Amino acid sequence: MLEIKNLHVKLEEEDKQILKGVDLTVEAGKVHAIMGPNGSGKSTLSYVLSGKDGYEVTDGSAELLGEDLLEMETEERAAAGLFLAFQYPVEIPGVGNMTFLRTAVNAQRKARGQEEMSSAEFLKVIREKAKSLKIDAEMLKRPVNVGFSGGEKKRNEILQMAMLEPKMCILDETDSGLDVDAMKLVADGVNALRDEGRGFLVITHYQRLLDHIKPDVVHIMANGRIIKTGGPELALEVEQNGYADLLEEAQ
Amino acid sequence: MALPQAKQTATEARLSALTLPTGGWPDAARRDALSRVQAMGLPGARDEYWKYTPPSTLVQVDAPQAQALDHGDEAPLFEGRDRLKIVFVDGVFDAEASDDLALEGVQIDRLAEVKDIHWAKDLYGVLEARGQKPVDRPLAALNTAFATDGLLIHVTQTPSKPIHISYVHSDSASDAILHHVVKVDAGAEATILENGPAAARFNKVMEVDLADTAKLHHIRAQGRDHERRAATHIFARLGTESVFKTFTLTVNGVLTRNECVVELTGDDAVAHIAGACMGDGDFHHDDTVFVTHDAVGCESRQVFKKVLRNGATGVFQGKILVKPDAQKTDGYQISQSLLLDEDSQFLAKPELEIYADDVACSHGSTSGAIDEDGLFYLRARGLPRGTAEDLLTIAFIAEAVQEVEDTSLQEELVERVAGWLERRRG
Repeated sequence: MLEIKNLHVKLEEEDKQILKGVDLTVEAGKVHAIMGPNGSGKSTLSYVLSGKDGYEVTDGSAELLGEDLLEMETEERAAAGLFLAFQYPVEIPGVGNMTFLRTAVNAQRKARGQEEMSSAEFLKVIREKAKSLKIDAEMLKRPVNVGFSGGEKKRNEILQMAMLEPKMCILDETDSGLDVDAMKLVADGVNALRDEGRGFLVITHYQRLLDHIKPDVVHIMANGRIIKTGGPELALEVEQNGYADLLEEAQ
Repeated sequence: MALPQAKQTATEARLSALTLPTGGWPDAARRDALSRVQAMGLPGARDEYWKYTPPSTLVQVDAPQAQALDHGDEAPLFEGRDRLKIVFVDGVFDAEASDDLALEGVQIDRLAEVKDIHWAKDLYGVLEARGQKPVDRPLAALNTAFATDGLLIHVTQTPSKPIHISYVHSDSASDAILHHVVKVDAGAEATILENGPAAARFNKVMEVDLADTAKLHHIRAQGRDHERRAATHIFARLGTESVFKTFTLTVNGVLTRNECVVELTGDDAVAHIAGACMGDGDFHHDDTVFVTHDAVGCESRQVFKKVLRNGATGVFQGKILVKPDAQKTDGYQISQSLLLDEDSQFLAKPELEIYADDVACSHGSTSGAIDEDGLFYLRARGLPRGTAEDLLTIAFIAEAVQEVEDTSLQEELVERVAGWLERRRG
């Protein structure tokens, strides 16, 4: 599904190397988690994969289903099936949530050469999916993320993911700013999307999200590299002992 | 004080090319206004109030040529609504295209036809004259003197539908001067819609007098004709607990100067003055606003958004004057521009002058490019760059558009903006 090889990334504007050779393969149907201390490069990885400006890939490759991601524009990556759930979803005043989502769904369908979804069909699908995320009609009408609480913003991200039906989902610290109930709701939303054809990369600081979204593989990232890979038990080890031991081990 | 020679010459040239309309009660007001213009002189390039907007083409004898735009099969704005429609073509009333000037709760007359003593006698040119202090507005006085027609609208009870004034531009050399007076009685509420470019050059004044608890919603779109020029003035006087909300959408136009002069004279009155404009290339748009708080507990908001590209120019001159007795004033002013390239410019002069001590006034003015984080977010959801930029542009003007209370009107206006943006992208 997602294949990252020897990825080296620096900041475009300054001489600062952030990723120093990341190797990572996420298979279809699997959930991979990346944990790591602040500044280890986790969010940068998600931005580079999505095509955010300001980064320069100096070496390595990243492919989605055999296609070179790094050659594509951000919107082409989305149409190819990549989805990034943002750590800080952006507020767009004056643009209704529903209008935005329909524009997004149809832009992707158009890019893939599919027919656009009719208003009626769209409405039916979104109502159903919104309901399971406890997103009410009012929230769908409001401008995108404007005045949403932290939990509402994250639920809205998951709703977008559910509507866009991506192949590869990256969740960038989706648990940040969520209380336990909100986290459970978000996790349920993610779990509902798990299937054999879809891969997940869950970026998080803490193990607690992984109690709800059970990963198949856990990677520890530090200083721009993946320093250790293991099963779900690795997340528990971090939770108990912190990163210090692992960092030392890697040196 | 004698006028500078150049100003004197330009003023005389312009005035001698115009004929003072005569007949009926407005004659005295016309003569008074003419002497005001003669004393002030027409705006010149060296006037402080015209520092950012060159007035010469608004003052010169003949209107510069402006082709009327062919809108293709696009339906005119407000077309699908239940409303009383009144049409002016190049400033001339078009009876055939207009509805009968009859609407329950409203008395509508035409300036060009009224000869007898009329309610408007106490207002015509009166609010304009009040608005000449502390800053001269000679084009408005010129309008009072030479307006060939206009509507005198007296709202006595809340009408069932809006009054829609549609301005059609057809002649590429037309030079129109229209003057409306709107009076809303206590407890009545009305909506006035205006749209269209009106003429190659358009000088319009609207005087608004709101009685205690009266409400007026004014929504206008100035038409897409690019070569047109316009100088418009609104002079509004607000009674106790009255509400005046005005919003203007401007797309295109080589020169537009919209002045709005609002006087809050009754306690707890509310005035919201908003505008959104978008332009390209030699587009020049100027919003000049002067709000005077002269009563207790009044609220005023000025919200102006400008989208500028390819070297377009936007100007905002906005003032809030709070008089000594206007305690508990709540004043707000924001003017922002979205510069879509480095060639465009936004010139802003926000001013606060406050003589009362228990007052909350805030103001802000910013210029910025499109929000990169927003752009990335939308593109990450699959929106092509162009579509994403359009959505963010609509988001940028949202605060101004939301000053329109009727959400269906908001939607109609935003749809026009979306269409304009889409055409720009080709």
